[in-house]
Amino acid sequence: MNALINRLRHQPWIWSFLAAALVWIVTVTWLRGQGAGEILTAALSFATFSIIVGLGQMMVITTGPGNVDLSIPATITLAGVVAMKVMDTDNARLLIGILAALGVSLLAGIFNYALIRLLRMPPIIATLSSSFLILSTAISYGRGIRIKPPPMLDDFATFRLTGIPVATLFVLAVSFVMALVLRRTVYGRSVLAIGQNPRAAWLAGLKVDGVRFATYVLSGFLSGVCGIVLSGFSGGAALDMGEEFLLSSIAVVVIGGTSVAGGKANVPGIWGAALFLFLLVTMLNTFHASAGIRLIMTGLIIIAVIVIAGGDEQR
Amino acid sequence: MTPETIRLDGVEKTFGAVRALAGMDLTVAAGECLGLVGHNGAGKSTLMHILAGTLAPTRGELTAAGTRVGGQWSTAAAQGQGIRCVFQELSLCPNLTVAENTRIVHGSLRGPGWKPRARALIRAKLDEIFPGHGIGADDEIASLAIGKRQMAEIARAFTVTDNPLRLVILDEPTSSLDAVTTHQLLDYVRRETARGTAIILISHLLGEILGTSDRIVVMKDGRKAAERAAKDFDRTSLVAAMGSEARPGDTTRAATRQASNADLMVRAVPAAGGGTAFEARKGEIVGLAGLAGHGQTRMLLQIFSKDRAEVAAPVAFIAGDRQSDGIFNLWSIARNITVRSFSALRRGGLIDLGREARLAEEWKSRIGIRTPDVDNNILTLSGGNQQKTLFARALASDAAIILMDDPMRGVDVGTKQEVYGMIRQQAEQGRTFIWYTTEIEELSHCDRAYVFRNGAISASLAVADLTEEKVLEASFAEAAR
Amino acid sequence: MIGRRFLRQALPFLSLAVVLAAIFFVQPRTMSYFGLNLMLQYAVPIALATIAQMFVITVNDLDLSIGPFVGLVGSIAATLLYDDPVLGMAALLACIAAYGAVGALIHSRNLPSIVVTLGLSFVWLGISVLILPTPGGNAPGWLKWLMAVQIPLVPFPIVAAIIIGGAVQLALMYSSFGVIARGAGGNPRALARAGWSMLWTKVAMYSLAGFFGVLSGLSLLGLTTSADAHVADRYTLYSIAGVILGGGEFIGGRVSPMGAVVGALTLALAGSFLIFLRISPDWQIGAQGAILIVVLALRAAVTLGEARR
Repeated sequence: MNALINRLRHQPWIWSFLAAALVWIVTVTWLRGQGAGEILTAALSFATFSIIVGLGQMMVITTGPGNVDLSIPATITLAGVVAMKVMDTDNARLLIGILAALGVSLLAGIFNYALIRLLRMPPIIATLSSSFLILSTAISYGRGIRIKPPPMLDDFATFRLTGIPVATLFVLAVSFVMALVLRRTVYGRSVLAIGQNPRAAWLAGLKVDGVRFATYVLSGFLSGVCGIVLSGFSGGAALDMGEEFLLSSIAVVVIGGTSVAGGKANVPGIWGAALFLFLLVTMLNTFHASAGIRLIMTGLIIIAVIVIAGGDEQR
Repeated sequence: MTPETIRLDGVEKTFGAVRALAGMDLTVAAGECLGLVGHNGAGKSTLMHILAGTLAPTRGELTAAGTRVGGQWSTAAAQGQGIRCVFQELSLCPNLTVAENTRIVHGSLRGPGWKPRARALIRAKLDEIFPGHGIGADDEIASLAIGKRQMAEIARAFTVTDNPLRLVILDEPTSSLDAVTTHQLLDYVRRETARGTAIILISHLLGEILGTSDRIVVMKDGRKAAERAAKDFDRTSLVAAMGSEARPGDTTRAATRQASNADLMVRAVPAAGGGTAFEARKGEIVGLAGLAGHGQTRMLLQIFSKDRAEVAAPVAFIAGDRQSDGIFNLWSIARNITVRSFSALRRGGLIDLGREARLAEEWKSRIGIRTPDVDNNILTLSGGNQQKTLFARALASDAAIILMDDPMRGVDVGTKQEVYGMIRQQAEQGRTFIWYTTEIEELSHCDRAYVFRNGAISASLAVADLTEEKVLEASFAEAAR
Repeated sequence: MIGRRFLRQALPFLSLAVVLAAIFFVQPRTMSYFGLNLMLQYAVPIALATIAQMFVITVNDLDLSIGPFVGLVGSIAATLLYDDPVLGMAALLACIAAYGAVGALIHSRNLPSIVVTLGLSFVWLGISVLILPTPGGNAPGWLKWLMAVQIPLVPFPIVAAIIIGGAVQLALMYSSFGVIARGAGGNPRALARAGWSMLWTKVAMYSLAGFFGVLSGLSLLGLTTSADAHVADRYTLYSIAGVILGGGEFIGGRVSPMGAVVGALTLALAGSFLIFLRISPDWQIGAQGAILIVVLALRAAVTLGEARR
């Protein structure tokens, strides 16, 4: 038992789960036990979306300092819009809609890396400028009209299995796959190696360019998945549907124990961090804290986490 | 007796398990030029960093201008004492101009009109040291060729504003200078010492040291190995003092082998051209020799990336600069071993963790990495064992050609001997080793060697010719002509 | 080769000239005092925010909180400063001090600036929302007056941009302090070896960023006359793009204040240009992204040629 506790203490993800649990307990105590289960279900539902994009952002950030994908919100929006328009509320067109949405997301990822590699743009600026283009494409294609998702997608996104959202289970499966990728595949190991030392990775025979390319494409792909499920969940695509994920995709990665300096990724931590961020907002809401206080607390917590966890590491 | 500028008594410096300086005594008198020589890793650079205040000694005393400086020795204190340093890696800001870089080392260059003053200051010094230098005070450093950057940094070290100038340390100052500017600099060194400034000259070029210094200190293994007036040394006695008497080499091995008709594994043309191409055959150990930075590493990278090189088999690279080229700091010893073999360890698309663990364990014991557990972090190992891990990485892989980039830097003698044996055994099993080394005695383990000069091959030496003398001769081939 | 270097430095000005020429061509009526004044009025706050960002980029960091910070300054100025000038001034000074403190924190703990300033953006936004829950408040009269100044012959925004760019250019590119600041970005180790404190250099640069952030917020409020916490959220991205468009680089201490101001003007004008071009509003933002990409592609081509020589 002691050995187990000791091992857990050294897992970077444990802190985000502890923080999430703490916040949940405080909230439930405040409410005298009312709605404990509902809060958890809601947290799982909403956390799902930041977890999907967080996984992609995690891989990008893990490839080393300076790597970050700022085009995630725009890609989510574009995928959502494309999916809704192609599906056109028709169950029969569900598959083709999904394929179309994922296709444009992959293109977004390819475009990002082309800018980084061919034009030698810093990833921040590259993904930023491409996000402008992607967003415009979404605006122009979507024309701001809200189209409902086909019933099947709606059902999938909102269906609950004994209180647990099906979408959450789906993302849980994706997370397991990502953890496996990091641990057991040449690609995943290469991401970790490149993030620690790209030159050493090259000299160890790893394919640095190919891996970075695949990582940006993966991030685009996962943004696409998020866009599709999110439009199903919230009853259609909207042009601002991706906005909040610019900050939250980075925040869940950092709070979850992934190193901003690269080379160290953490899948479970993203779950803890996403739950924590949602539960924190819930707690501050039950305390009737104003929007301002909620924002300040969120910001201070992100800074506190990085000060405690991120200090003194090599950059 | 002229007044002493600085004195070191029993100065020691350790980095973790590595002892870079092991009790160094040194006195530098005003107005003398002290030559400092020694092989790579003898402790010259560490000594210099201590004098400049960028490193604090672990033990020992420092006396500057007659006063003992205890714990408060720092870069600022060293500058206040008039000690300047020209480091081997350039200390200029590439985004600033020559005049602006001058301002950085002179706190008094401020207020209205600082820029014209800085320009005049550096221009006058450049004119004095390197007449006809062709460097503008407003040239951005990044736009200058490497030789001109070095000239700018040297000139900057000799500029004087409000602090006095007592001691200038020049670490390989001529490494990027051509014959004319080298001559100008050494001339200036003699003029400057005549004015009472002390100068420490560190150089691999023994001719420079012998011709310029008043006194020569030879360093070896972090200690002073010899100290005499320069006129009492000649090239041979200086090389002997550096401590690499030719050991009775075991040339038997190469003599009995007939590698010349084995399969050709590598053929490459050096990027800088030259008449001679590089070749290596199956089972050979081929050395790359010559002065540091003359194209050997570039040759290895050319072979690695198959750039103007025909390579017949998989290649693995063993880095000498562990931190920047080799080690993955966050990973375990085991994963640092297996990283080159990830693809080969796959079964059905996934890396087989059991096979991975067995591979790491096997090579840990075969190569003798001293650790209780290969799952410990790589940084728990001493430098020598980290280097062994890099050897294990290459040898555990499917590579038939192993490139070695001066891999024995800072490795202790015992480890070296173990690794030499390993290399020999592996070569006999048919692996090809291409081995860049800065230690001439290591060449005795090679079957033959190429000597590099200015990016091209200046000589190809057979095993019988791999003596220090012949290698040095080929290294200076152009200078001798 | 001198031609190439010159070309690289001239690129921001060329981009501006091309955009301006295109606007005049498409809509000749803009070639007037009034037209320019109208097109460029929002360029002043954007230019100031870009300068703020440039100070942080000079020391190899990035500020993702400048947009919300500009919003916060507006909120403070429209409430506290309007009601009680002394208190308002004290609050604004505290904001600048907070920026300096963040610089110290980032340096001393060796933190990634992106994450810290990301968190900070929430904090600024939160404080603004506390001060001003719904858009409103009043700009102090002197601010409105200042931003509505009419100068004969040359439109005010152009004069302001030249003054801002020139002053910062003087301070950063020609003063002896500016050399240290840029050197800190170029080779921090060389600077430390020469005995300079990296900590104080960073604090100074972050404080300057805070100062120009305050100026940006005030000038924006003078134009909008009432405040909104979210009014400047886009400024974070604009300011980064402006610095890069103006010839700055993320690492290495290579920045150009005049270039940054010109970059900001180009971005502001590009918006107007796209309106005049009757590009559908849907593509406005996308076209800005495209302009950014084209300029950076040109620069990549120029620097590649430079590296090859």
